[in-house]
Amino acid sequence: MVEHRPWLTFATHAVLIIGCLIIAFPIYITFVASTHTLDEITSSFPLFPGRHMIENYHAALTVGSGEVGATVGRMMLNSAVMAFGITFGKIFISLLAAYAVVYFKFRFRMFFFWLIFITLMLPVEVRILPTYKVAADLKMLDSYPGLILPLIASATATFLFRQFFMTVPDELCEAVRIDGGGPMRFFFDILIPMSRTSIAALFVILFIYGWNQYLWPLLITTDESYYTLLIGIKRMLDVGEGQADWHIIMASTMLAMIPPVLVVIFMQKQFVKGMTETEK
Amino acid sequence: MADVSLKDIYKAFGKIEVIHGISCDMRDGEFIVILGPSGCGKSTVLRMIAGLEVITKGEISIDGKVVNRLEPADRDIAMVFQNYALYPHMTVYKNMAYGLRIRRMPKAEIDQRVRTAAEILELTEFLDRKPRQLSGGQRQRVAMGRCIVREPKVFLFDEPLSNLDAKLRVQMRLEIRKLHEELKITSIYVTHDQVEAMTLGDRLIVMDNGYAAQIGSPLEVYERPGTIFVAGFIGSPSMNFMDVRMSSDGRSVELNGGMHLPLQREEMPSHAGQAVTLGIRPEHFEIAAEGAGLLNLSIDHAEILGADTLVHGHLVEDKTSLTVRLPAIHHFQKKTRLPLTVSSKNLHVFDKETGNRMGK
Repeated sequence: MVEHRPWLTFATHAVLIIGCLIIAFPIYITFVASTHTLDEITSSFPLFPGRHMIENYHAALTVGSGEVGATVGRMMLNSAVMAFGITFGKIFISLLAAYAVVYFKFRFRMFFFWLIFITLMLPVEVRILPTYKVAADLKMLDSYPGLILPLIASATATFLFRQFFMTVPDELCEAVRIDGGGPMRFFFDILIPMSRTSIAALFVILFIYGWNQYLWPLLITTDESYYTLLIGIKRMLDVGEGQADWHIIMASTMLAMIPPVLVVIFMQKQFVKGMTETEK
Repeated sequence: MADVSLKDIYKAFGKIEVIHGISCDMRDGEFIVILGPSGCGKSTVLRMIAGLEVITKGEISIDGKVVNRLEPADRDIAMVFQNYALYPHMTVYKNMAYGLRIRRMPKAEIDQRVRTAAEILELTEFLDRKPRQLSGGQRQRVAMGRCIVREPKVFLFDEPLSNLDAKLRVQMRLEIRKLHEELKITSIYVTHDQVEAMTLGDRLIVMDNGYAAQIGSPLEVYERPGTIFVAGFIGSPSMNFMDVRMSSDGRSVELNGGMHLPLQREEMPSHAGQAVTLGIRPEHFEIAAEGAGLLNLSIDHAEILGADTLVHGHLVEDKTSLTVRLPAIHHFQKKTRLPLTVSSKNLHVFDKETGNRMGK
């Protein structure tokens, strides 16, 4: 299989290290820029971290960049609300939908399944106008429900749970019936615990999806207090003829990266498990 | 503990009827085995008793109470599934306690019942393990433990031993029988393995294609099979059948080659001359002295199994193939002629049309 020759080991490591450097370098530059004053960045770009880190991050979190009108702290909160709302909402709704489609025999069952499945083919961008209209009519512009609800249904997650539920032997359901449990007991006591690794994997994917939403929050928020962080960063750059606050922008960017990284780090083990193994 | 009574139960899936009217009264504490080949509907009958399948027609009662419309949980039954259906994320203890927890039994009593059951089944040291850390036999025992703790009126077993290896199967079979004798709970056990059926059951229901072909004790079913199907299904190797003709006085049957085999039990003059099917079990042939044989077998092939020898051959007179089981080891050359006799009491005569047994 893999040959153990010294130069080969060297070559593989070299390729990997170079790859890492290429990916890491822009992040490093961002970090460096976030630790200097604006003057230092614009005059000659430094290659090593400066001494204004705490000052810049503090300014970003509490004051924000000149004309945006919301602090990074506020925007992080908005992003977090949206990301968690989407994540939990999607997981909960898909679990219920998949449960219904797999375990209950009702009229037009397959019709509903295909209806859900077809929405897989329609990304947000395609249905953005009608969705905006609906959200506007329901007076959901500039609100958390407006940010979360239109993105909460997930065909992918429903499909994933459906596939998982179909591998669960029917006897388990029957065993619960004989033990005296109803459908909800089976759902909460058996199915959800059994799907926890899939839930964890989805949690990571969906959190990052929710956190990185750009188009939808951009359309639906006009009130600064509902800006998410990604919108905020974009707004910070729109200064026209003026000078962008690069040190604050870079600090905000670094802050924007932290939550997804944390989620990945803490849920990595579960995530990999959910992707690779099924509990039988 | 309770009687179970099936009154003419039917089951149809859509338009296809799979169970065509089965009736059986099971006494309190009886061990009933439902035996049949795959696809004969035996599991369906069990699932109807459990309440997992709706009955199309008929009546099932447990302990004198009609349960047709009751949910499985309200029938006071417990079931062991073929693949055990243990909850994979729960420990052995929780698996056994789950049904009791749903029924809101006090914690102390749950604990006491689980520990007693674990002791009976020798599972005490595994109580904190998850099912995947157990061997097949241990999982099987947990599945039984889950039933025992409930102290139900009826135990239902759906081919519980078919996923175990041969040696373990024998051991578990004995344990199930022992358990039944200890607990004396009415049990209904579905299997396709006739050895399990013969050793476990107080009574067997032999099923054929949705009908109960015969209901009776294991010995009855073996000695006096009610139909050709039962005769051929029970016993290994299976019974030899040949087309014969009832003699004119109804006292013997006449083979195609002209030989007569006398019938012992009774005369059947009303059937004189009728074409019938004769059944003889391989183990009921005996070697006769040269010239004294009722039948002459030409040997095609002999299988020496150690305890006995299976001889495959055909009748010299009319080429009907027969299998003969002889005790001890015999070395036969191919094409040897073997004179055989068979005692009259071991002849089974079946109606050719209906397949039903003729005579008592």
